[in-house]
Amino acid sequence: MLNGRRHRSALSGPGVSCAPTVHARSRWALALALATLVLLTLPGVARAEPIRLWHAYRGQEEEALRQTLASWPGSPVEVLALPYDAYAAKLSAAIPLGEGPHLFIDAHERLGDYLQRGLVAEVGDALEGGDGPGPYVPQAVAAVKLGGKAYGVPLSQKCVALYVNRDLVSEVPPDLESFAELRGKLPAAVWPLAYEAESAYFHAAVLGAFGGSLLGPDDGFGFVGAPAEGSLELVKGLLAKRVVPADADGALVTQLFRSGRAAFAISGPWLASDLADSNVHYRLALLPRVRATGQPMRPLLTVEAVMLSADGAQRPEVRALARHIAGAEAARLRQRLARTVTARADVPAPADDDFLRVFTEQAAVAIVTPSSAAMRATWEPAAQAIRKSLRGGISERDALLEAKRRFDDVRRPPPPRQSPTPALVVLGLLALAGTFALVARARRPESRGRLRASLPAYAYVTHAVLILGLLVFVPLLAGAALSLYAGPQNGQYYAGLNNFVEILTARGGPLLGRGSFYLVLLVTLLWTVLNVSFHVGIGLLLGTVLSRPALKLKGLYRALLIVPWAVPSYITALTWKGMFHRQFGAVTGLTLWLNGVFGTDMQPIAWFSRFSTAFSANLATNVWLGFPFMMVVTLAALTSVPAEVLEAAEVDGATRMQRFFRVTLPIIMPTLIPAVLLGAIWTFNMFNVVFLVSGGEPDGQTDILVSEAYRWAFTREARYGYAAAYSVLIFVLLSGITRLPNLFGWWRQRRRARRLGAALPAAADAGGAR
Amino acid sequence: MKRQPSKLESVAAHLLLFCAVCFALYPVLWVLSQAFSGLQTPEPRVLPVPEHLTVQHLRDVVGQTRTTPTGTVWLFGRQMVNSLVVSGATALVGVVIAIPTAYALARFNFVGKQGGVKALLATQMFPTVASLIPLYFLLNRLGLLNSRTGLVLCYAATSVPFAIFQLRAAFESIPVDLEEAAMVDGATRFQAFLRVALPAARPAIAVTALFAFMSAYNEFILAATLLGREEMFTLPVVLQRYIGEYSSNVPVFAAPVMVLFYVLQRHLVAGLTAGAVKG
Repeated sequence: MLNGRRHRSALSGPGVSCAPTVHARSRWALALALATLVLLTLPGVARAEPIRLWHAYRGQEEEALRQTLASWPGSPVEVLALPYDAYAAKLSAAIPLGEGPHLFIDAHERLGDYLQRGLVAEVGDALEGGDGPGPYVPQAVAAVKLGGKAYGVPLSQKCVALYVNRDLVSEVPPDLESFAELRGKLPAAVWPLAYEAESAYFHAAVLGAFGGSLLGPDDGFGFVGAPAEGSLELVKGLLAKRVVPADADGALVTQLFRSGRAAFAISGPWLASDLADSNVHYRLALLPRVRATGQPMRPLLTVEAVMLSADGAQRPEVRALARHIAGAEAARLRQRLARTVTARADVPAPADDDFLRVFTEQAAVAIVTPSSAAMRATWEPAAQAIRKSLRGGISERDALLEAKRRFDDVRRPPPPRQSPTPALVVLGLLALAGTFALVARARRPESRGRLRASLPAYAYVTHAVLILGLLVFVPLLAGAALSLYAGPQNGQYYAGLNNFVEILTARGGPLLGRGSFYLVLLVTLLWTVLNVSFHVGIGLLLGTVLSRPALKLKGLYRALLIVPWAVPSYITALTWKGMFHRQFGAVTGLTLWLNGVFGTDMQPIAWFSRFSTAFSANLATNVWLGFPFMMVVTLAALTSVPAEVLEAAEVDGATRMQRFFRVTLPIIMPTLIPAVLLGAIWTFNMFNVVFLVSGGEPDGQTDILVSEAYRWAFTREARYGYAAAYSVLIFVLLSGITRLPNLFGWWRQRRRARRLGAALPAAADAGGAR
Repeated sequence: MKRQPSKLESVAAHLLLFCAVCFALYPVLWVLSQAFSGLQTPEPRVLPVPEHLTVQHLRDVVGQTRTTPTGTVWLFGRQMVNSLVVSGATALVGVVIAIPTAYALARFNFVGKQGGVKALLATQMFPTVASLIPLYFLLNRLGLLNSRTGLVLCYAATSVPFAIFQLRAAFESIPVDLEEAAMVDGATRFQAFLRVALPAARPAIAVTALFAFMSAYNEFILAATLLGREEMFTLPVVLQRYIGEYSSNVPVFAAPVMVLFYVLQRHLVAGLTAGAVKG
């Protein structure tokens, strides 16, 4: 884990902070239950509590940690390896409850955020050497300090360096600009240099050579001005000369370098583990200079550290364990097994280990990533500015200024504190009036009769009401209540309707401006309508065809067609994203193949650079994901159509179309409508596809309301109240929209009643049978 | 009486289904091919055929073991069992909660029915993210944190609203006469429900159970957040670990597990839909 690119795995899981109190009623029952529990677990409490350690390592790093813990003489350690996407959310949920880890391993750049949320405590004597640098590399100690206090014990340092394919090139060009000269010398299929040019993390290395940084002094946006423009122009030139591939992500860089299709690659130590089983001969080198400034490229440095929760920091044994994990012995183990650059000055890289030596030297000239909470807000606007300016059509200056505006918008001060009294008074009055109305109604004799008549039905529903009420409604209401709050997680305060006002007025910007609530709403509506139409259309068609009695291979088709739905959607969504890659995706492969077959000249499309194509890519993915559901619902519904009715209709001479629309559809409608309605709601809130496939590209235009809410909560500023307000608005909108079918049904019923009314007298005149 | 469908029609039907199957399988085949590829050349290709066939990735993921004081645990096997148990229990609990409620909604008139249905629909409209942390606090209070029971209850509760809608429609499409006849013959209302309505709704129940099973089987955020020990994790949580960290390894590490997902699910799905369609 901790490969320094984790700001990009922005799907860091829902971590909406706690609402004030979850529920107050039934406190007695809870107290009783808790007391029983405590009694049951008493024997366990008497023993020393095991030390809980959380990490997100895997592979050799995990192995090194395991061996380190094996040599730990103290209390048993309970280790939990977590998926990175759930890491932060789980930390922020568990630590305040005392359920969390006593110590955990994470990157130093999260410290500012964690400190704000009260997740980390000072490490005290876990850090060797007291106030001095101790046995650690000075910059690593500096990285874990905030305001002069240490909140972590440094373990290792990670940054990127230059991988050199020794089969293809023997020397490293003197500067970044000179890589262009390799274009003529290398085979045409080989890229001179592969790296993620559009990523802010990698671009920071170029920016460093220009003396710039992403985060400026005083936590302002630093990615503006001459250094930023110069760095972008340089990279743009490299892309134009086809020195560096466009649209490269980590997977592509790995593949290119692994298969000998890139002479050089800029990547971190994680690339080495992907090269282990390949036959590429490579060595490491320091990042080159930039000729324009004469300065070396300076990558961002991540320091991995052991952090302690407040619970853990109090226990001397936990601090001793942290010292043990960060100790010299463990550092040597990590160095040998996982080949990481340690943060200890007393464990130098072995002189004969080229790999570790280069990474150590590179780390020494790297720029320590700022750990302030503001850093988190820079990634998204910076990446957007880089993408936009590299793809052309906008000047560097304009792209950067726009990014700065977005950063400032995200970092704007939270809404002012408000007194909750008026709201409480209104709430109290409403509750009073409601109770009054209920009591008055219950006292009326006819409603008492109706209540009594309802009793048998209540026997069937009570358990569902209780379970849903507890596990669905209570958390939901608590989440909704959060929309009235603002501020950091452990210092939330009541802000009234300010969050809603900010959203609905588009924060003072133009009402249909980029990222405004109304524009995103339009995109969401378009997204929902198109998706549901395709889902229902394809589902009905396939369901109907599949239920033909004479069809052969029915079972096989059914099983195969359900596959998209049977595979976790986050995996397939990423696969779809890969298929839409401009240079190497399967869609491009298909295009080229079609060109070959039909002699056409279709150009591969950069799918995520325009709204229409990016939206289509999302749509294709979601249609693929969603049609099996409607198909299965249709299949199940069709079983309720009696064959005799259809046969009778056929005997009466009804055509196939007539039979479907006049007989089958009306019969299956009652089953389909709830599924369609729910399908529409789910699509409206379909976060995975939008986030993983287009990621909102280009420029946030394909974001829908839910993904926008996510960004506010997780990738921008941890504005949970603001995100919760989005959720409430989504809820209000959906409850409005889902009323539309009712209106439609009402209108149809009236029409039918009118027709019936017209028909009845006529029938009576004919002296008719009923 | 039945008209034999024409040759042309059946060819058209097969052609349509074949195209649909291609569309459905193409991305999944890509994942599979990457899972079994050793070295991959980055070039646009059309056919998802693995390059340099290898089962190493599969072995890496499936072969994981953990040594505990009580012996060596085959981690993957344990987590597979967890997934199946949790999803199966979710399906069972969800359906058991939903059936009587759906039946009551279909057959009875009672005070609060309209409001209840609206509230059910409302639960689906609120994005779930906002309620995750409150849920965590709640389960902690109930002593259900870090237990599979708690996870099953949460999954079941989230799957119940849809299950109720599905089953209510199913019960409504069953003629009341059957139950009334049974009651004339001396059965109580509950017996009529149990003996007459329930068997008739079997296909819908199967599909509803499948929905609950699937959503539990693919979910990882709740599982990762609510469970605290590695031996308790379900497979998606493990899968997610392979994805989040090394983005370049996404399909490579994810896919082998998917193969197993797929093999198991296909049988399950085939069986259940077959049941549904036969009624």
